[in-house]
Amino acid sequence: MAHEYVPEIAIDSEGNEHEVQGWQDDFYGGKLGFWLFMFTEVMMFGAMFLALTYYKTLHPEDFLVASSHLNRWLGGTNTVILLISAMTMGLGLLKMRAGDVKGAKLMIYATMVLALAFLIIKGVEWTEEYEHGVFLNYGKLLPESDFPFGEKIFYGLYFTMTGLHGFHIMIGIGLMIWLLKRINAGKVRPDHHILHWNIALYWDIVHLIWVFVFPYFYMIGGGDVVGGAAHGH
Amino acid sequence: MSKSYFDETHCAIGHPKSTIMQWLLTIDHKRIGLMYAAVMFTFFFVAVTMGFIMRLELFAPGQQFIDGHTFNQTFTLHGVIMIFIFIVPGIPAIFGNAVMPLMIGAKDVSFPRLNWANFWLYVAGCIVALTSLWGPHGFADTGWTFYAPYSLTTDTTVLPLLIAAFMLGMSSILTGLNFIVTIHRLRAPGMTFFKMPLFVWGIYATGWIQLLATPVVGITLILAIMEKYFGIGIFDPAKGGDPVLFEHLFWIYSHPAVYLMILPAFGVMSEIIPTFSRKEIFGYRTVALSSASIAGIGYLVWGHHLFTSGMADLAKTVFSFLTFFVAIPTGIKFYDWVATMYKGKIVLRTPMLWALGTMITFVIGGLTGVTITMIGVDIHLQDTYYTVAHFHYAMLGGVVFLMFAGMHYWFPLLTGKMYNEKQAKIAFGLNFVGFNMLWFPMFVAGYLGMPRRYFDYLPEFQIYHQIAFFGAVIFITGLIYMFTVLYRGWKHGEPSGPNPWHATTLEWHLPSSPPPLENHTKVPYVDFDPYEYKHGEPVVKFDYATMKRID
Repeated sequence: MAHEYVPEIAIDSEGNEHEVQGWQDDFYGGKLGFWLFMFTEVMMFGAMFLALTYYKTLHPEDFLVASSHLNRWLGGTNTVILLISAMTMGLGLLKMRAGDVKGAKLMIYATMVLALAFLIIKGVEWTEEYEHGVFLNYGKLLPESDFPFGEKIFYGLYFTMTGLHGFHIMIGIGLMIWLLKRINAGKVRPDHHILHWNIALYWDIVHLIWVFVFPYFYMIGGGDVVGGAAHGH
Repeated sequence: MSKSYFDETHCAIGHPKSTIMQWLLTIDHKRIGLMYAAVMFTFFFVAVTMGFIMRLELFAPGQQFIDGHTFNQTFTLHGVIMIFIFIVPGIPAIFGNAVMPLMIGAKDVSFPRLNWANFWLYVAGCIVALTSLWGPHGFADTGWTFYAPYSLTTDTTVLPLLIAAFMLGMSSILTGLNFIVTIHRLRAPGMTFFKMPLFVWGIYATGWIQLLATPVVGITLILAIMEKYFGIGIFDPAKGGDPVLFEHLFWIYSHPAVYLMILPAFGVMSEIIPTFSRKEIFGYRTVALSSASIAGIGYLVWGHHLFTSGMADLAKTVFSFLTFFVAIPTGIKFYDWVATMYKGKIVLRTPMLWALGTMITFVIGGLTGVTITMIGVDIHLQDTYYTVAHFHYAMLGGVVFLMFAGMHYWFPLLTGKMYNEKQAKIAFGLNFVGFNMLWFPMFVAGYLGMPRRYFDYLPEFQIYHQIAFFGAVIFITGLIYMFTVLYRGWKHGEPSGPNPWHATTLEWHLPSSPPPLENHTKVPYVDFDPYEYKHGEPVVKFDYATMKRID
């Protein structure tokens, strides 16, 4: 379907010419479409945050205790990694728009490396939790264990939400590989970079979701649990 | 004879020679709309068969030929197909695809390849849903709502259905997204939002519901899967979870989904009424904006499904009143339609008959809905046949009847042929009589206490079930007859010409019938309102070669 698209002209009753927007080469249409798609991501994670908030009101103390057992160092490192990766992604887009294709590719590679580092650290973290007997359908999260209700639900949602987020990271890496192929094929160019733009937007949403996931899971139990937030009165 | 979209097409991949591959790979919105129709109506008849099996079983009290468990599976299959496969994608997927781009003077939707992929995602979702039939413990018996905790503990095959509903939801989201972008970006020059045909407004409001509500049910289904297979605890009381949360999250989507079904149907009505009254629609802006406000208020009413599930009294009161509010914009639409017909030159062709019939059936469905949003009444009528009759009057007598109206209205546009008018009217008569006979007795039975989803009942309810049974026979006969008439019309009908109804909107101003591949020869400049009639004739006329106004 590689052909030069020439927009049609419509003429009104006074003879003025109006350019007709076609679906081909519609930069703003592509942007609008992807923004709308990002709304759906927000609604999806929003529903899970709603469930999380609901259970926090039911089991406030269990939530704080469970949160205090998460590894804040690994989680924090991952937050920093994702923030830097969002920057590299954005720089890549800026370079693409400025015409520096090579620099743009370099930045996409950097983003992919950071994304992989994120997944590896996440894996280390989950393994650590598994070794402490906390994992889906395992150990303390089984129905027969006497682990408190709130902690079971906290970890259940923790694995679901960080798992789904990790899945989005993997999709992101896949998208970046595709983007590099399209750049190499000359289909994504400084004058035609909607795909790059949208994948950068996707990556922004992925890191933004983490910016909410991180404090909600890792930081609410950050005070001294025994004398701190949980028993602070 | 000029070439139509049946003769040539653009494809997603390559340029296949064979006709079948050209259909399977087509990115043309009209073809995709027709393919949706083919798949949907096939499934529709499967679900109708399930409904008829239930009616047969219920002909007499006691067990006739299926047991309670099979009955549960039967109504689940009926519900899942009717809701997820048929009526939710329904009008937008068929007519939103086939007609909407023509109405705004676009060559196609904004993302034609995405549209193609969506159709196949939809088909894949249908297939995954059906795999549940061959699951180890048989088809799911949960009802289409998958209520926790039962759906989490039953050993019937729920997983494929949850995945299928997610896939169908994804397809629906992306279709809605595609339509919103199309309507924002591809309107013909000069066509402002308030110059759009009202069907386009319906599709637009629907698109936003698809976009913002469907992800919530998507994640809810994923959470249910996580709960059932990974025991995350959030819907499981044994781990401190709350099953009612599932119900809330489910209805946060599924109630707006009701408006997602009806808004495009109202759009069809708003096209048919002015065309067959030969008169400009009364209160164009109020009809358009009431679609938007139904979409908006519709978000905030889901709690009325949970009046008996354990909810604070204050919340019940608020949800009850919010639900009353939805009736206001809906009422505005109805008064606008009636006012449009007033002193109009009414032409009683088949599409108009369907629209008028719907006015009766949907008003019954809508007003009985208002009665059960009153908390006290609801506690009496919750989960009875009254509710079953209510939503069948609203969904079947509203959405599906208007889908049929649209089918008869746009049939000549999409096929270039005309069906036999007299036979089509007889088909309408059979459907209308059969429909009312089938569901009206259920209002009475439900009011007297007949619970829904039971495969057995007390002898005093027998008369209602028997009347309903004979209604079902007439109704199904009518359905089969209607499709036969349409099929014969397509095969042997007279050529209809581009504008058989003297309609005004852009989809009828095409150079040839059926439409050519890339729609209008030239994109017109739109400096007129969608329904301009004078003395019963359309005001705006075009020279179809140049698409310039010649009136």
